[in-house]
Amino acid sequence: MRDRADLVIIGGGVVGLSLAYHLARLGFTDVVVLEQGYLCFGASGRNGGGVRQQWSTEENIQLMKESVQMFRRLSSETGYNVWFRQGGYLFLARDAASAQGLEANVKLQNRCGVPTRLISPAEAQRVVPGLAPAGIQVCAYNPTDGVLFPFPAVWGMARAATQLGVAVETFTRVTAIEARGRQIVKVVTDRGAIATNRVVNAAGAWSVQVARLLGVELPNKPYRHEILISEPLKPFLDPMVSDLSDGTYFSQTMRGEICGGVSDPAEPSSMETRSSLRFLERMCRAMVRVVPTLANVRVMRQWAGFYDETPDGQPILGRVDEVDGFIQLHGFGGHGMMLAPIVGKLAAEWILRKADHALFQRYDLGRFKRGEVQKETFSIG
Amino acid sequence: MGKTIVCQCEDVTQGDLEDAFEQGFRDLESLKRYTGLATGLCQGKCCIAHAARFLAALKGGDEAAADPPRTRPLLQPTPISCFAGPEELSASPASREGQK
Repeated sequence: MRDRADLVIIGGGVVGLSLAYHLARLGFTDVVVLEQGYLCFGASGRNGGGVRQQWSTEENIQLMKESVQMFRRLSSETGYNVWFRQGGYLFLARDAASAQGLEANVKLQNRCGVPTRLISPAEAQRVVPGLAPAGIQVCAYNPTDGVLFPFPAVWGMARAATQLGVAVETFTRVTAIEARGRQIVKVVTDRGAIATNRVVNAAGAWSVQVARLLGVELPNKPYRHEILISEPLKPFLDPMVSDLSDGTYFSQTMRGEICGGVSDPAEPSSMETRSSLRFLERMCRAMVRVVPTLANVRVMRQWAGFYDETPDGQPILGRVDEVDGFIQLHGFGGHGMMLAPIVGKLAAEWILRKADHALFQRYDLGRFKRGEVQKETFSIG
Repeated sequence: MGKTIVCQCEDVTQGDLEDAFEQGFRDLESLKRYTGLATGLCQGKCCIAHAARFLAALKGGDEAAADPPRTRPLLQPTPISCFAGPEELSASPASREGQK
């Protein structure tokens, strides 16, 4: 392992690797990425792969438009097929408040150039064969949203970054970060130390622990989020379907499996990764309500990952007051995979001072002290 | 020499494992994710032991390096309808508690 680096990225998930990849593409390769497990160990390897542009703030819509374009190129850029399939996203509203929310979102999305449409339950049945229309008021459908296979997105960015000269160290746990005054001097791992003045915290659910190594307290909380996958079926389901009444979402993978999860308001913050029967039952009920014929499909497997949640549902990006050269890139909730390409690219440009992006001031840790908080209302799962 | 099948459900061969190992996927969790091994209908019951043996051989007999991946529920593929009954008939006490 290298014993010094211009920049050390803690966290070999899709966010840290996207940053490493984009730094390397800009010619900055004196970078070490430290991953505590295997690649895909954390949330980057445990999510449903949804990529949507249906958001409730202009900023997130514009970022996600960029990410979609980047995912379209990612397979050919990295040599790993990420199976990005633009089958759309279909949101179901069962009450007046959700319907009004969708209406407002669709107008905003259209102004941003995203072709989302409000459609009736009858029309939605043509998009999702077998959809039960009862109780659905209105749907929002954007055919250019999509789903990808998370693993190759992670591996592809890791390999592309490595080929350009970045070092990606798996099974390497950070045990300490040493500082002299405000300046970082060293990252200590269970496989040796790396002298550096700059550290990026991209550790997802482990970000709070990483920040604490430098005495920085983060407001993030990790939440278990469970997900299941069915036996493979003949391809029949184009979009990701999401029921806003309970936060259910599911889509069909390129291997034919139905894969999805559901929100659980009773889930406490924890670092628990065991699977629960409670989730299995809630998810199965939710799926049958949306598409009753799924009742005959067999569930093969369930697992859990983490949502790294912040108080306002937006990520934490940028510097901290306490220490120099300590950059935060975490708090992505359930949206790290879909935001990773564009956030990694913008962060690389910002770190190398190729461009200034307001994102890294607006979403810095200090916003919670300043009270400048604008909540993203359209988070699912 | 013929092909040696490691995972019958997902049609993963010994050659596939060797390729994956060459590419840097050198633990069972990664081999599972890269090759699809153990993610088919048997969920690894028929193949994990074989894969562990091949990996240990590739690592030069290092059995410890081939710790099996964490086993995930379900024990066997089960229809969604088995879990989608009315909440009051739920099999899961935790599920009822959560509804308070």
